Amino acid sequence: MKRRKFDVAAVPAKTAGAVDDRFQVATPLRKLLNKVFPDHWSFLLGEIALFSFVVLLLTGVFLTFFFEPAMTEVVYNGSYAPLRGTPMSAAYASSLDISFDVRGGLIMRQMHHWSALLFMASIVVHMLRVFFTGAFRKPRETNWIIGSLLFWVGFLAGFTGYSLPDDGLSGTGLRIASAIMLSIPVIGSWLTSSIFGGEFPGTIIISRFYIAHVLLIPGLLLALIGAHLGLVFKQKHTQWPGPGRTNENVVGERMFPRYALKQGGFFMVVFGVIALMGGLFQINPIWYFGPYEAWVVSAASQPDWYVMFLDGSTRLMPAWEVHIPIGDGYVIPPLFWPTVVLPGILVGISLAYPFLEARHLKDRKHHNLLQRPRDVPARTAAGAMAVTFFVVLTLSGANDVIADKFHISLNAMTWAGRIGLLLLPPLAYYVAYRLCLGLQQHDREVLAHGVETGIIRRLPDGRFVEVHQPLTSGDGHDGHAELDYVGWVVPKKMNRLGALGPAIRGFFYPIEKPAEAPVSPGHPPVEPRAEREEIGSGESRR
Amino acid sequence: MSTHTEHQAPQGRQPLDVLDPRVSRFDIVQEGARRDDIEIVHYEPQVVPGSKAERRMTRTVASFFLLTGLAATAFLIIYIWWPWQWEPGRGGDKYYTPLLGLTLGVALLGIGFGILTWGKKLLPKEVSIQDRHDQPGAPEDRKITGETMLYLADEMGVRRRPLLGVSLVAGLLPVGAVAAAPLIGGLISQPHKNNQMFTTGFAPADGHKVRLVREDGRPIRPADISAGGQLTVFPGIEHGVSNRHADSPTLLIHLRESDAVASRAANARVGHGDYMWGNYAAFSKICTHAGCPASLYEQQTNRLLCPCHQSQFLITDNARPVFGPASRRLPQLPIEVDEEGFFVAKSDYTETVGPDFWERP
Repeated sequence: MKRRKFDVAAVPAKTAGAVDDRFQVATPLRKLLNKVFPDHWSFLLGEIALFSFVVLLLTGVFLTFFFEPAMTEVVYNGSYAPLRGTPMSAAYASSLDISFDVRGGLIMRQMHHWSALLFMASIVVHMLRVFFTGAFRKPRETNWIIGSLLFWVGFLAGFTGYSLPDDGLSGTGLRIASAIMLSIPVIGSWLTSSIFGGEFPGTIIISRFYIAHVLLIPGLLLALIGAHLGLVFKQKHTQWPGPGRTNENVVGERMFPRYALKQGGFFMVVFGVIALMGGLFQINPIWYFGPYEAWVVSAASQPDWYVMFLDGSTRLMPAWEVHIPIGDGYVIPPLFWPTVVLPGILVGISLAYPFLEARHLKDRKHHNLLQRPRDVPARTAAGAMAVTFFVVLTLSGANDVIADKFHISLNAMTWAGRIGLLLLPPLAYYVAYRLCLGLQQHDREVLAHGVETGIIRRLPDGRFVEVHQPLTSGDGHDGHAELDYVGWVVPKKMNRLGALGPAIRGFFYPIEKPAEAPVSPGHPPVEPRAEREEIGSGESRR
Repeated sequence: MSTHTEHQAPQGRQPLDVLDPRVSRFDIVQEGARRDDIEIVHYEPQVVPGSKAERRMTRTVASFFLLTGLAATAFLIIYIWWPWQWEPGRGGDKYYTPLLGLTLGVALLGIGFGILTWGKKLLPKEVSIQDRHDQPGAPEDRKITGETMLYLADEMGVRRRPLLGVSLVAGLLPVGAVAAAPLIGGLISQPHKNNQMFTTGFAPADGHKVRLVREDGRPIRPADISAGGQLTVFPGIEHGVSNRHADSPTLLIHLRESDAVASRAANARVGHGDYMWGNYAAFSKICTHAGCPASLYEQQTNRLLCPCHQSQFLITDNARPVFGPASRRLPQLPIEVDEEGFFVAKSDYTETVGPDFWERP
């Protein structure tokens, strides 16, 4: 019997055919490979969050192999000599072991912590991008809501995570968290007692936080991130206005290969930066803090940065206690307002914002084109106000350190924060609004009269005027027509029009021949590049 | 291959015969894109095949990947052979984690920049336009789906047989409660068991007054603290110096004569006339604001500052809050000296210790 010859080259095609016979993937796969993504640097911010989350999962799984989530009292006998013989919880002892007795454990711990900070930071910056460019508008309100929830779930993940080592600093954070729960009217003491399994600190809170941190919260995060990405995929990404870009199309690159390669490369870069940070920059050196003891605290006990605004609001809150004279009398402690009510209001405003804005503007349209922040002064100013509010609170969260380093009275810092919190946000609103209007006006000026060339010409009557390069050769009243603003960057320098030639490429020496010499001032102004003329967008502007 | 394609109107376009062997692979790709409503309007190689620029870019990408290989190998060598166990002083182990981070970071950045350069510099640039198709469904389709769903309800017939609906709700509600019951029932914990929120470790047990002890458990004589000094003290009971009595840590202060006079007067005003012993006063260390230990004592002004939220308490005025978010004074522990000359608590705190809550009377 003759053996059939095995044809290696035909294997991929045959396998692919066999797969498609069974699962009918050819058409959907083609659609996926072909999907077009618009590209802009600002669209990468959310990806940093996604990639840090992947690093969090990887390093987090490693840490679970060695962490012991128990508050059982043990006597430390590891290799870190200064703490040997100290009674501490098993959680703290195993955290020390990860740092000192697990080979490579410290870099994993530090990478985990740094990627958590990066995760929250990129979520915030991504949210700002989405907010200031109007990407949250219909039809993407749902994804805005999911994104806002991701911030708060990430906040919980961060808090439960840095509470786990049960060191002096995290125990203080837990103490404050218990006091915050305790401050809730009516149910406060029941809630705290139920969560801590009795009076603070109890013996169960670390194991409860552990399961929340490694299972419940990551599960929720995964579900929300999945929904978030699925909606981006389904609704297609927004794009900036520009040549050929309309509200009904997506202009960009097909997902494969170039776009996907860039994403993959970017993931490795994010991963690499986290590895560098995890190795080179010390974070949360728990061995200096010692085990948690209810009577020990040090100055400058600050939480992670994304919690600091709540610490700041707590510090700035005046000592206003509400007394309810019924029966024995009841109290609402001052702690309740800045730590429960304020975050509640912030969640409410952020979730409702897309609907509030649409209602205010009576806007029911679909929006797939982004807006430049300057074109929507009211929203940009409101955003500036919110950012200022957040920054004042965050700085106030570190006001003792600022007071110490700059030799300012601590009480003065508190008062500056209180007054600043009321005065600076409206001021930021006003300044941002005026800046937007100014930028808008300058865009219109350039479109109407052209780019400043820097060429000063003396007229026969002795006047000096600057020559402007019109952006179009039209037939308006003074020789050129006025261009309409279409919501995208207006060139404002001659080299943006190609007049100066591109910069010579090369780092140490030119890697190509320099472009032709710039046009001499005596020559008539250059013609704009052809492609600049076809600016136009399909979206009708307000 | 330099391929510039014109944006063609999809109407009237002849579909490409992809099975025709003369058709190039790119044409097939373009046809596939068209079938997904994508027009590749601009497709331009960035480097000419075989050109100097291409060879240079290829070398750049390759050197990034080789750098990764080097760094990763260095990581492994360091991971295995570098001294990593903690030793006192500035030993080599202090560089273990930084070196791991450096080599790992360089290795990962090498892959990243290699891939990025490959994608951004060697692959053709393109601009493609895809239709969004985000118009809502046609009114007819909406109508059909809506009617189908309503018909489902009709088939179920809940409206005609209301008993079904009512009984279903009546049956399901308890099931929901059953799902919640173990969770709530298991977790819930009575906060006022043994009056725990209002008592501390200083509560006299079996009529014996509780001694004030140091962190190491030794009792304290008045002579142990000099004027102007202070000491953190604990109830002298089993586990008194531990987190099991997290609300008990107390600050024992030896006031200077003039401050002690002011303090006694303030005590008398609020009916705590006998809480001090001589010039000694004891206040709860647990801040009434958020429960941090209020432990920074400023001797000159007799102020106690909580480092968490900067509440400040004036010790000579019953530890009244004078600045910051705290609204309630630190409870004072009535103290005296027993027959053996050691400090004891006359009784437990007479005010609630720790952060405030709703039902604190």
